[in-house]
Amino acid sequence: MEGKIKYRIGKSSSFQLLTIILACSCVMPLVAILVYIIRAGITKINWSFLTNVEKPVGELGGGVIHALVGSMLVIFFASIIAIPIGILCGIFLSENKKSKLAYWCRLSVDILQGVPSIVIGIVAYIWMVKPLGLGYSAFSGSAALAIMMLPIIIRSTEETLKMLPDSLREAAYALGMPFHRVVLKVIVPCGVSGILSGVMLSVARIAGETAPLLFTAFGYQYLNTNMTKPMETLPHLIFKYAITPYKDWQDLAWGASCILLIFVLLLNILTKFITRKWKVQL
Amino acid sequence: MATSVNNELLTRPDTTSGRVISSSKLPDEVKGTTRVRRSHRQIRTENVFRRTLTIVGLVMVVLVLGIMITLVVQSMPSIRSLGAAYLWGKTWDPVKDVYGALPFLIGTILTSFLALAISIPFSFSVAIFLGEYYPKGWFSDLLKNTVELIAAVPSVIYGFWGLAVLVPIVRSFESSIGANSIGYGIFSSSLILAVMIIPYAASLGRSMIQMVPANLKEGAYALGATRWEVIRSVILPYTKSGLFAGVLLSLGRALGETMAVTMVIGNTSIMPTSIFSTGNTMASVIANELPEADKTIYNSALIELGLVLFLVTVAINMIGKRVISRFTNE
Amino acid sequence: MESTIVKSVNYNAYFGENHVVKDVNIEIPRNNVIAVMGPSGCGKTTFLRGINRMHELIPGATAKGKILLNGEDVMEMHPIFVRLKIGMVFQRPNPFPNLSIYDNVIAGYKLNGIKLPKAEKDKIVEHSLSRVALWKEVKDSLTKKGSFLSGGQQQRLCIARAVAMEPEVLLFDEPTSALDPISTSTVEELFHELKKNYTLIIVTHNMQQAARVSDRTAFFYMGELVEYDVTKQMFTNPKDTRTQNYITGRFS
Repeated sequence: MEGKIKYRIGKSSSFQLLTIILACSCVMPLVAILVYIIRAGITKINWSFLTNVEKPVGELGGGVIHALVGSMLVIFFASIIAIPIGILCGIFLSENKKSKLAYWCRLSVDILQGVPSIVIGIVAYIWMVKPLGLGYSAFSGSAALAIMMLPIIIRSTEETLKMLPDSLREAAYALGMPFHRVVLKVIVPCGVSGILSGVMLSVARIAGETAPLLFTAFGYQYLNTNMTKPMETLPHLIFKYAITPYKDWQDLAWGASCILLIFVLLLNILTKFITRKWKVQL
Repeated sequence: MATSVNNELLTRPDTTSGRVISSSKLPDEVKGTTRVRRSHRQIRTENVFRRTLTIVGLVMVVLVLGIMITLVVQSMPSIRSLGAAYLWGKTWDPVKDVYGALPFLIGTILTSFLALAISIPFSFSVAIFLGEYYPKGWFSDLLKNTVELIAAVPSVIYGFWGLAVLVPIVRSFESSIGANSIGYGIFSSSLILAVMIIPYAASLGRSMIQMVPANLKEGAYALGATRWEVIRSVILPYTKSGLFAGVLLSLGRALGETMAVTMVIGNTSIMPTSIFSTGNTMASVIANELPEADKTIYNSALIELGLVLFLVTVAINMIGKRVISRFTNE
Repeated sequence: MESTIVKSVNYNAYFGENHVVKDVNIEIPRNNVIAVMGPSGCGKTTFLRGINRMHELIPGATAKGKILLNGEDVMEMHPIFVRLKIGMVFQRPNPFPNLSIYDNVIAGYKLNGIKLPKAEKDKIVEHSLSRVALWKEVKDSLTKKGSFLSGGQQQRLCIARAVAMEPEVLLFDEPTSALDPISTSTVEELFHELKKNYTLIIVTHNMQQAARVSDRTAFFYMGELVEYDVTKQMFTNPKDTRTQNYITGRFS
């Protein structure tokens, strides 16, 4: 009897140990990637890397300024489209919990959230690149990324605003505030941390997206700020050069990866801190 | 009685949800004061705002419908001329206008399920670790945040790292077991994918495990069950639908993943013969070939792949979400 | 003779098909404290929320009949005007958590987009906070968030917020039920002060409170206004047996 119990306790402990080992080993690939990318990339980052555009194989001093600027522009325009629509839609869903349109809208957001990024890319390509006379453009890339941002912003806005107590709305209404002021001056400011975290996470998410840009913003070897023309972006540059056999170009890709990775991770970590700090105590 | 109440309801003015139809009458003494004039403008703005919200809600529905319709319409040339044979054709040769998507379907299924099989022990361990063994404490917070960061790393970076680090390792592993030693291929893709999808099942699993009522666990402990026995006979059965949903979300993510896979799978459009052979997934073939697919039928065949991918991932995600909401409502 | 400020005529309120307030007719004289009491679920809060059109904010809620404010039917007015004239204080203190104490007091102006010169704002804030006997306690911490205050202070802040709009009527929905006894008595003392300038309608669970603070009392039961009389009269000599039962504690 006692032996049996000891066996069971031993089994329990060994399972616990196994769980701990497996759980902790999940961290290893992330650490390995971080260390490797930063070690391979940080040495490639210097002044000419940050100020020049790419050079043909064999020429020294190539840089990624065109991709940096391109990424910023593409992300900026995607945000301009997605943030207002996303927040308004989130407000719509939280203020109309039961209407029929809200049901279909919520379903649509659910669907959109699961759509692979490459499919969004195809659709943006069909809508904004394929029609005659349009061709690849940075703006079509922004549109594709904006579609990817929407569900993240909408969901976080809706979830945040739903959590706010009704007493807040009542307090505002009782002061004779019209609906739009109740929402914009009371509800949204009280949920600002959650909305902001959704926005930041969505930016972090699309900053590294490559697939939707393959056939929209496409890529370009010179500095370009015209949104109606093809434009290089960091993730696309990484992809383009990672699969070449030339070391110069691969080095550019390592440096770009390092920048992109640090940006995305910092944005993720920053989101955690900022949302904690901005959280309105209810 | 009930009908008379109903009639009253019908004839009563519509005053629901603060929406009021009647015009605004004011006591004479306040008419024309600043405050009131302002309020008049606010009432108009209020209606504009309400309408804007509704329009935005409508836009989302139209957007998603538009995506679906676009994919279907643009796939029509391929659907019409190739028919259902498209899905089980074994050859993909755009030069000869032969389009069979089976190699990509197999490639996608192989990579995704292999990745799932590799990642499940890890993601469930994280879920049990954070949900049951150590739900609090700085180390658990660290582990939780780190695992979440796995999902934050851009997939092109996973791909690049896989290309530079993983592929050589897999190559030497393959030659040591006597398989064709290329390094690129389905196996490498699955390994990368496995890492990428850990967070999805792990974080959902964790929250599900934390929802197990304490009295259920205590009941089992009171009977002398060990920790492992409680996990196996109380927690896992209780949370199995939630864990399943987590697996589905991971699968949906793996099926649609493009860049990391494209970079390490080898990109060959022939039927894979083993898990070590090179291949293509639906997403990777679209990424590789859509920009240069200028023939209508070629273009349309690729878009049809996108449509299939869309339908499959949407179905998987919707089932996953249904399962979650049923679980959390119980 | 006192003039009537609020008068309801055959007021009915519904939640979906649920008839919760039935044909209420009541006349409320100016500068009085009116207590509305009755067992829970009797429709007293619904009636109160009907007076400033808060009732219809709940999805599926509808109302019928008239509520006259100075002879003008509030059901015909836009709710915004109604609520500017009739302030409300809720069961739980609900200061805006994102605003400072100062901004909470002038929230009605600030959040409605009414721009006032700084001096006037300062005056309103000091005046309103003095009226609720909070000025001395918070005058040095006006920039702190309202949620730092104690429950009783928060509730007085909410009263100040309503008072700042200079309404004619103040509605209180069980204003002390979430407060401790000391805060409760502070708030009750306020009622005597406030009624000099405003008309107060207070929904309360607590019969002693009704007896202590009010000039007149309305007793609601099952959605009906059973009895409405001068408070002393009502508590010493109720006319309806249901009122009598309630006062003597036969049902809660």
